[in-house]
Formats: sequence, structure tokens, C-alpha cells
Amino acid sequence: MKHLPLILLSAILLSACEREDREYRSNPVTAETEEKIALVPLSAGPSGPTEHRSGLGKEYEENAYHIAQGKKFYVWFNCNGCHANGGGGSGPPLMDDRWFYGGQIENIVQTIREGRPNGMPSFRGKIPDDQIWQIAAYVRSMGRNVPKAAAPGRNDDMHSGPAEQRRPPGEVIDGGQVPPAAQMPQ
Amino acid sequence: MRRISSILLLLCLPLAGCQGWQSALDVHGPAASSLARMFWIFVAVLATVWVLTMAALLLSLRRRRAADADPLVTDPGTERRMTITISAAIGLTLVIVVSLTGLSYAAQKVLFAHKDGTLTLLITGHQWWWQVTYEDPQPNRVFTTANEIHIPVGEPVLIKLESSDVIHSFWIPNLTGKMDAITGRQNQIQIQADRPGIYRGQCAEFCGLQHAHMGLLVVAESKEDFERWRNHQISSAIPPSDAEHQRGMEIFLSKPCIMCHQIRGTDAGGKTAPDLTHVGSRRYIAAGTLETTRGNIAAWIVDPHGIKPGVDMPTIQLEPNEVQPLASYLEGLK
Ligand code: HEC
Ligand code: HEC
Ligand SMILES: [Cu+2]
Repeated sequence: MKHLPLILLSAILLSACEREDREYRSNPVTAETEEKIALVPLSAGPSGPTEHRSGLGKEYEENAYHIAQGKKFYVWFNCNGCHANGGGGSGPPLMDDRWFYGGQIENIVQTIREGRPNGMPSFRGKIPDDQIWQIAAYVRSMGRNVPKAAAPGRNDDMHSGPAEQRRPPGEVIDGGQVPPAAQMPQ
Repeated sequence: MRRISSILLLLCLPLAGCQGWQSALDVHGPAASSLARMFWIFVAVLATVWVLTMAALLLSLRRRRAADADPLVTDPGTERRMTITISAAIGLTLVIVVSLTGLSYAAQKVLFAHKDGTLTLLITGHQWWWQVTYEDPQPNRVFTTANEIHIPVGEPVLIKLESSDVIHSFWIPNLTGKMDAITGRQNQIQIQADRPGIYRGQCAEFCGLQHAHMGLLVVAESKEDFERWRNHQISSAIPPSDAEHQRGMEIFLSKPCIMCHQIRGTDAGGKTAPDLTHVGSRRYIAAGTLETTRGNIAAWIVDPHGIKPGVDMPTIQLEPNEVQPLASYLEGLK
């Protein structure tokens, strides 16, 4: 029984085996979470604009499974047809820090649901809501605005750049704000 | 006595594997029969070797050891007998190894021999189902289906294997051995069925959560039946014949279903999930998991993750009164 402590100690290692929680089954009742976002920081009155974010975003952004599913659906639903692999095509790039409609996950979710006037189609009713969240989480991972451990690793097939996981972490993005890089010269 | 008989019964269990619609020992094609022949020869030779070794062991256990064997004292008679025995053992081992190697080499020649046939299928493994495209020089005769392939009896069929995500392995035990489907490359294998019948296949390379639910069926039938089946599969979906089916189609077309599934002859053009044009004509849905009945289709649509947790088909919001027409429409897509 000399080895008992050793055995117990190595048994502790097993506790590391538990992985992140994976939610396969989406909520069958709610159709859509309620996100109220403002696209500009301006507001009529002394306080900022009224916003409501459901807070669901964290669950998706910090979960490797959701982001990986988002990556799959990004191609399945042909986002890459217009945005390529994030570098942009007929639609704007998604991997940089410039966001017309905000780069927080709720903003991206709303962009996908509602569509945007200059050519971004609305996917409401075409993509179930939890998949929209997964895709938005993946879009966030393109500029590495998600934890390194959750971002996708190397592709199995040909890839054009370093995996999301190996990209440098992105700047913190406020919804609906134009970053300095995109401001008009005064 | 009870003990012994239950052990005997248990030992008989593996015999059940020798027969059935998914068994490598119940052969229905040339490749499978050369594999099975090799299997039985290996079993026979190795069993003989095992029995002989065990007999020699038992014998030497029973024999009394010589009183005080002195390793330095040699007796030419014993010496000679030992030399003969050991050389015979080494010689036999060599003969067995060489002949078994030659045998498997010969079997491989049969397995990988290319025979000319007229039918070529492109099969793509997805997590967790099989997409099947029947190729044809005439583009309007090319069509796509899923999880159930029909082949004419007695003809070699070339199968090109690809994968869209991770490595899968194509295996129809009654007809042939395994071949991997690997991302970024194409592997080929030929199958041939000598007798009409239904043979079950199974993904044989662990590919994720639902690997165990990634089956496929091979239906081998006469040339005429096959041609009839093929012509039917090439045609577009039957238009809805009554009000319920009409309503089912409308529901299908207004839901996310169309983003992933195709029903030829309608606006549903998704290409990332099984083609549903003739889903009602297939024996099983969800890659050999459920029989194709209206109830099972409804169960699948309402809760795919209850049946195959983790599957890439989402739970989709449906009103309770939408399920019946939708399931009935899909079942009717013969
Ligand atoms: C038909 C082409 C097209 C498709 C398909 C498309 N987009 Fe867009 N997308 C656009 C265009 C064009 C814009 C710019 C809209 C604007 O400025 O009003 C845009 C804007 C966006 C934005 C906002 C970018 C910003 O700077 O705020 C996001 C996020 C986005 N798309 C994500 C997606 C995702 C995710 C998908 C797939 C579900 C997708 N898009 C599919 C064309 C497309
Ligand atoms: C995000 C893509 C996606 C959407 C949306 C989708 N499905 Fe599916 N569906 C799949 C995938 C993937 C499979 C194969 C699952 C498997 O067997 O592993 C499947 C399988 C099926 C099958 C079984 C087909 C077969 O031959 O095995 C039926 C029936 C079906 N879906 C009906 C529907 C209906 C009805 C809808 C709309 C309410 C729908 N699907 C929406 C992806 C989707
Ligand atoms: Cu598998």
C-alpha cells in the first residue's frame, strides 16, 4: 500500500479528461433570442443608446464545438461565395477590425438574421437560430476575437493562411463603432 | 454442468457472425470469396500449428526430466535428434510463413485486379452518411442519391471514394474488403455481386460521434430491374398528388430544409445533405438507422438529435400540424 498516494495522485489526472460542454440539441421552443443593438454610439439624450444583449454570445464564442460547426455552416450556406474565407469578395472582409454594423457577436447575429441594405441577404427562417449563433461565433474567430483554445485549428484540406487558432488576438470591438483605422482623415 | 454449458453456448455465439446480410463469411462476390478463402486457410493452418504446439508442450510437461542433466556432457544420439527436431521446426515455420505470404499476395492480385465494367459510382463519405453519384457519359443521366446503391448482378462496378470531412471507410463485407475514403484524394475499389440480394455495409473507420450509425445498403438485382430503378432515380420528384402532399411540399419549401436538401423538380436545391428526390423509395433513412416509414420520418424531422445526437441536421421549428403533411409528403417521394 506504499503506492496508494501515487495511484491516487495519478487518478487526479483523470479529472482533466472532461471536455467542454457540447450542446447538440438546440432549444426547440424559442425561435429567436432577442437582441436589441444600436448601430451608432449616438443617442438622443445624455445616456448612451438603449441596448439589450441576451448574453448568449459567450456560450457560443468560448465553445470550440460551436465555432467548428459554424465554420462548416459558413461554407454550407455559401457565405464564402460573397465573403471568401474572410478576406472579402463581393461582400466586405470579415477578418479585419472594420465593421459597418458592429463586430460584437450580437451585431453579427443581427446582420445575418436581418440582412444589410447593400447586398447582404437576410437568412431569417432559412438558417435555424442556433446555427446563426454558431456561424457568428466562427466569424468572430476569423479575427481571433475568441479564446485561442476555442478557435479552429488547421484545416484538413488546402488552406490559404494560418489557422484561426494561430492568428494574433484581435482588438476588443465595440458594437457599431468605426475603428480608428477606418475613420476619414480629418 | 451449468457452467460448462453456458461457456459452450457463449463459444457458439461468434458462429452467428458467419451468416447474414453483413458478414464477411457469407460471400456473394468474387473479392469477398477470395478473402473468405484466405481467412479459412489461415484459420486452418494456424489452428493446426496451435494444436501441435500445445500438444508438444503438454507432452514435455508430462515427461520426467532426466536425472541430473549436465550441459557439458553431450551424447551424440540425443544431439542428432535435437538438431533434426529444431531444424524441422524452423523449416516448417519458414514454409508456413512463405506460403501464407504467397497466398495473400495471390489473393491481392484478385482483389486489386481491374475488370472492365460499364458502371462507375462516386461515393463521398460525410459525417455520417454516404452520398452516391451515378456517373454517366451523358450529363442528363447523372444523378445523386444517398445511403442505398443498386447494382446489376454479375457486373463489376467501379467505386470512386472521396470524403468531405474526415476519413471514412467503405465496407460491404458480403462483397469485398474495406477501402478508406480520405479527404483530398480519391481511392478506387471494385465491387461485384454474384447473386441478387441486399447486403449491408458500414463505415469501418471511426469518424466521430455517429460512426456506428453510418450504414449503407447495396441492392443487387437483375439488369432489367436495375435499369428500371436507374431510370426512375434519374427522373424528377413526383409532383404532389393530393392536398396533404401539396401542403407538405409547401412547408418543406418554406423552411430551412431547402438550404441543405435537394428535391429535383422543386426549388429545393441544397447539396450538403442527402438528396430527397426519391427518399420514399429508399429502405432506410439516416444512413441505415431507421426504416423508411411515415412515423420514422416524422420522428427524425422533429428530433434528429434524439436519434443521432450531434448530427448536422438541426432541430427545426415546426408547428404541430405541419409534421404530418411534411412526413407524408416525404414518404410519398417514391
Ligand atoms: C450575396 C452575397 C452575400 C452572401 C451570400 C453573404 N453576404 Fe454577408 N454581406 C454581403 C454584402 C454585400 C455585405 C455588405 C452589406 C452592407 O454594407 O450593407 C455583407 C455584410 C456582412 C456582414 C457585416 C460586415 C460589417 O462590416 O459589419 C457580415 C458579418 C456578413 N455579411 C456575414 C455573412 C455571413 C455569415 C454569411 C453567410 C450566412 C453571409 N454574410 C452571406 C454579401 C453577402
Ligand atoms: C443544416 C442542414 C440541414 C437542414 C436545414 C435540414 N437537414 Fe435534413 N439532413 C441533413 C443531414 C446532414 C442529413 C443526414 C444525416 C445523417 O444521416 O447523418 C439529413 C437527413 C434528412 C433525412 C433523411 C434522409 C436519408 O435518406 O437518410 C430527411 C428525411 C431529412 N433530412 C428531412 C429534412 C427536413 C424535412 C428538413 C426541414 C424541416 C431538413 N431535413 C433540414 C441536413 C439538414
Ligand atoms: Cu465512420
